[in-house]
Amino acid sequence: MKHLIIIAALALSAHSLADSIIVQSTTSTKNSGLYDYLLPILTKATGVQVHVVAVGTGQAIKNAMRCDGDVLLVHAKSAEEKFVAAGFGEYRRDLMYNDFVIVGPQADPARVADASDAIDALRRITQAGAKFASRGDDSGTHKKERALWREAAINPDSGSGQWYLETGSGMGATLNTGVSLSAYVLTDRASWITFANKQDAVIVFEGDPTLFNQYGVIPVSADKCPNVNREATQAFTQWLLSASGQAAIGAYQVDGKQLFFPNAH
Amino acid sequence: MDVLAEAFRLIITLDEDLFEILWLSIRVSLIALVISVTLSLPLGTYLAITQFPGRKFCILLLNALMGMPPVVVGLMVYMLLSRSGPLGFLGLLYTPSAMIIAQVVLITPIITALAIQVIENLHQEYRDTFCSMGVTGRRAVAAYLVDARYALTTCILAGFGRAIAEVGAVIIVGGNIDHLTRVMTTAIALETSKGNLTLALSLGTVLLALSLLVNALVIGVREYAGKRQYA
Repeated sequence: MKHLIIIAALALSAHSLADSIIVQSTTSTKNSGLYDYLLPILTKATGVQVHVVAVGTGQAIKNAMRCDGDVLLVHAKSAEEKFVAAGFGEYRRDLMYNDFVIVGPQADPARVADASDAIDALRRITQAGAKFASRGDDSGTHKKERALWREAAINPDSGSGQWYLETGSGMGATLNTGVSLSAYVLTDRASWITFANKQDAVIVFEGDPTLFNQYGVIPVSADKCPNVNREATQAFTQWLLSASGQAAIGAYQVDGKQLFFPNAH
Repeated sequence: MDVLAEAFRLIITLDEDLFEILWLSIRVSLIALVISVTLSLPLGTYLAITQFPGRKFCILLLNALMGMPPVVVGLMVYMLLSRSGPLGFLGLLYTPSAMIIAQVVLITPIITALAIQVIENLHQEYRDTFCSMGVTGRRAVAAYLVDARYALTTCILAGFGRAIAEVGAVIIVGGNIDHLTRVMTTAIALETSKGNLTLALSLGTVLLALSLLVNALVIGVREYAGKRQYA
């Protein structure tokens, strides 16, 4: 009995993670393998151990507002700016970008490939009565997609469950669903390139400047959240924004393609 | 076929990451099991053999808790351990300890409810004999636990199975952090979301193999002990 209590006590004792931080981030950056590549370099340069929790941008921001993280690394600029304005973040910096693309079945029944811009692409999907798989999870990608529907003056919710399929899941899960149902999906390019279950789906639309996808980095405010490991957080953020951090981000490739383009100034 | 080959390759090449994840899965679920068992068996025995007002309600509640969705348990533990929650000062969120706590909450009702059933049946059988022999209290409890040990093993295995197979709770409170809180089930979820379906299913096969091994071990011990008893 005594042994059991000792085991339990050992198991439950808090880990002392002196030089470690928790980064609340997005599934797109994690699934793309960026952290697996970048973090060992960062740890070598700064000595900071980084633990990444990958959820949707909306959830990441909410988790950080509960002080369950030291840094936010997400992609929804206006939500990020609100987070900083509310005092939860020290500051926000542009870190890197890539772009969103629309993927769909190779046969492209809605002729999305001929669309003049992203808005036109969405119109073609609804007019053709094609399926569209949405994240539906308040993530950065979902926010972008909702903004595009608004701009196209289409309310997809009226077709929810029929042609507009909200998975309420991460990018990968949504891509799995979309691919299986021959649906169109808005995804960030990094997630798509690294996604291994493409089947017959391809990028059917890309290149509209409105599909720009900016990632930002925000150290969580130590005033709001006294548990923040300020020193390690600063070291992490400064390195990412530094010339060597930016170069490392730019050097990351999958299948010979660069996934993220550094643009910190 | 690819799946089995990949699973086999992962095991025979002693893939380092796989073993780290597998070991964490076992460690977290075993510690959760030990804690749960030390809570459930006394509680279950007490509820099985003691009459008091509200007992039926307690049992009803435990039975209902058996059906608790792991994601709800995960959320409750998350709110509790969050830095802005009542136990946030402990700094346990996103650690294996948080995962252990979630699994304890998840499986304690299961083991307790099943143990109640087992002990209750035995109690019906033994009550009169124990009464006439004057066996009461601790000695009676000890006799029940010893005589019901095989049936109780099944209860405990059910709890272990639930713990090691569960993903909804541990992914919320653990965060699926590489080299820190990634276990078999969250790794499977991650690989699925990356579209690596073959790898995901291979990991699932490895988890199934582990479950088989644990059950075979328990049954083996049981058989061996049974034989010795009559030798």
